Amino acid sequence: MANRASDRRLQIYGALLLLPAAVLLGTFAYLPTVATLVNSLFLPGFRGAPPEFVGLENYALLIEDRTFWQVARNNLLYALGTIPTAIALALGMALFVNGRLPGRGLVRMAYFTPTVLPMIAAANIWMFFYAPQIGLFNKLLGTLGIAGPNWLGDPAVALTSVIVMTVWKEAGFFMIFYLAALQSIPPELEEAASLEGTGRWSFFWRVTFPLLMPTTLFVLINALINAVRVVDHLFILTKGGPNNATNLLLYYVYENAFSFFDRTYAATITVVILLVLAVVATIKFRVLDRRTHYQ
Amino acid sequence: MSARLPYALALAGLLSAGQASAQAPVELTMYYPVAVGGALTEVIDGLVADFETEHPDIAVDAIYAGNYDDTRVRAMSAVEAGDAPQLSVMFSIDLYELLEQDVIVAFDEAVETDEEREWLDSFYPALMENGRLDGATYGIPFQRSTIVFYWNKDAFTAAGLDPETPPETWAEMAEMAATIREASGGEQWGVMVPSTGYPYWMFQAFAFQNGHRLMSEDGTEVYFDDPAAIEALEYWVSLADEHGAMPGGTIEWGTLRQNFIEQSTAMMWHSTGNLTAVKNEAGFDFGVAMLPMNTQRGSPTGGGNFYLFKDATAEERRAAMTFIRWMTAPERAATWSIETGYMGVSPAAYETEALRDYVAEFPPAAVARDQLEHATAELATYQGGRVRRALDNAVQAALTGQMTPEAALQQAQREADAALRRYAR
Repeated sequence: MANRASDRRLQIYGALLLLPAAVLLGTFAYLPTVATLVNSLFLPGFRGAPPEFVGLENYALLIEDRTFWQVARNNLLYALGTIPTAIALALGMALFVNGRLPGRGLVRMAYFTPTVLPMIAAANIWMFFYAPQIGLFNKLLGTLGIAGPNWLGDPAVALTSVIVMTVWKEAGFFMIFYLAALQSIPPELEEAASLEGTGRWSFFWRVTFPLLMPTTLFVLINALINAVRVVDHLFILTKGGPNNATNLLLYYVYENAFSFFDRTYAATITVVILLVLAVVATIKFRVLDRRTHYQ
Repeated sequence: MSARLPYALALAGLLSAGQASAQAPVELTMYYPVAVGGALTEVIDGLVADFETEHPDIAVDAIYAGNYDDTRVRAMSAVEAGDAPQLSVMFSIDLYELLEQDVIVAFDEAVETDEEREWLDSFYPALMENGRLDGATYGIPFQRSTIVFYWNKDAFTAAGLDPETPPETWAEMAEMAATIREASGGEQWGVMVPSTGYPYWMFQAFAFQNGHRLMSEDGTEVYFDDPAAIEALEYWVSLADEHGAMPGGTIEWGTLRQNFIEQSTAMMWHSTGNLTAVKNEAGFDFGVAMLPMNTQRGSPTGGGNFYLFKDATAEERRAAMTFIRWMTAPERAATWSIETGYMGVSPAAYETEALRDYVAEFPPAAVARDQLEHATAELATYQGGRVRRALDNAVQAALTGQMTPEAALQQAQREADAALRRYAR
């Protein structure tokens, strides 16, 4: 009897410990998700009329919305363009500044600086880098006698320009995680490997890289979320143009909600984004977890 | 006479708010946008500080909220959060959306005296077009503009053109721009018309110069695929494609002024709101003229109006009226115009000593006003966001060679028709 009572007390104790997190998550994550889902089943009220329940009509519209598919394709290219590049660059930079080199602190700081800049500020700077006639890039190309492209104004290169800026902005942030992980790898491993005569290349692939897998997984998921979550630079650089060439999903959600005042359609796109992200994250954890060594 | 008017207004404001003066000041919140460069927030802060000195019974919290779109979002979020501002400066073309969201009231409801009713009619009629609907006045002009033509006189001289003669017609502009491009050996572009930010606005100018209006007066229909509109877009595209006078692809609104100042283009079309900044920064002789014409002169008006928000007490409404009347009084309109290049919003503003002297010394300051008689309302319809976006996409698709002007405008027409289908009267 006494045992059961103390069991219950322990359970309540545990529940109370969970409560603050549960309340916060419930209020700011689950409730909005449910509300979004519900909203996506309505049409906005017309001239003061209350919103009208239409079931899955918004989803049917979405499937036929060519702009949505173009934006989704842009976002896929954007993710494929930013994630691997930013991660590779971050790892490379981390390996570089983890070694012994003069002015190491300075180099680390330099690599990390873009992360500290607000996205809007960075985008404003890059807008002038990219400006076709007066910008830094085309002035540099001009001294080599090359006529540079219209970086943000040509639909063929605009998305790439946005990707390059994003990689520049993100790589430094991911580098910090790799740097921390590298420093937690025991130096004995390298000593042992060098006694065995292992080359640096195979040491990296056989020892360092597998040990970094938990970090890579973490960075990968973060990079994926960022590829969908961060669109601040679009407001400055292109506003999704020219002709939707650089429009991304979240920016399209914003446009629908705040430029077109179509909240329910915005909710529909949001639900689709959430679903896709959930599926991708699940796959990542399932597949990569098996290949990940936690120390 | 005109110099005494604002004093009288200020006095009227003091008297009307007299009862409240013993209590805490009435607090007003106002959002406002800045769409062009320059330290415009400082100008606003200065004006607000002056107002508060004259009206100790009213405290105004003027909040800079970004560009026109940001300001709309900011104000609408505030309304939804139950913290609506009493007044704001917002895009003149937001009228339909604000009405549909049911957040603003007509000034006709707020005016009390005959004098105030007369005040409603004291502005340039062209500036009232975007602020009136079905006989009611919802927007009072404040930071208003037209598109004007800037040209670099030194570049004209260098190319063997008469520096004092800007192009009068489309054909002349294309020809002069191509001449400059050639004479500079490809170092300098002839002309730039911005095609990001507000492409529909620039396109409206081309269309109107070709004798065509893009929308119906009640905001329920648009006419994008009319032959005159297609011809207008074809001309715009030809500046790059045929005449080689303008760079290909889109031209960034935000960096265009810098292009002009660094002489990478000899001519530009831009908001008159850039005038003072160009004047301060240009290291060469420049002129400002009306836009060139095809069948007629023309430019849409643009910019921000004062709106009164619904959710305010009678006392706050009065205070807001006092503030708006003070801010749009001739003296302030003159100051504002001189500091920024935006238009003085009423004929009386141009009769103030300050603005009269300024215009005499710097004639470009009057171009936007003179152009008003050739002005048309800015593109404003129901579902304005979608409709403008459809047209923006069409303009950009044509300029970047993705579609022909005709196909692009036909697609925009279909998209706009779909967005407006519930509004047909």
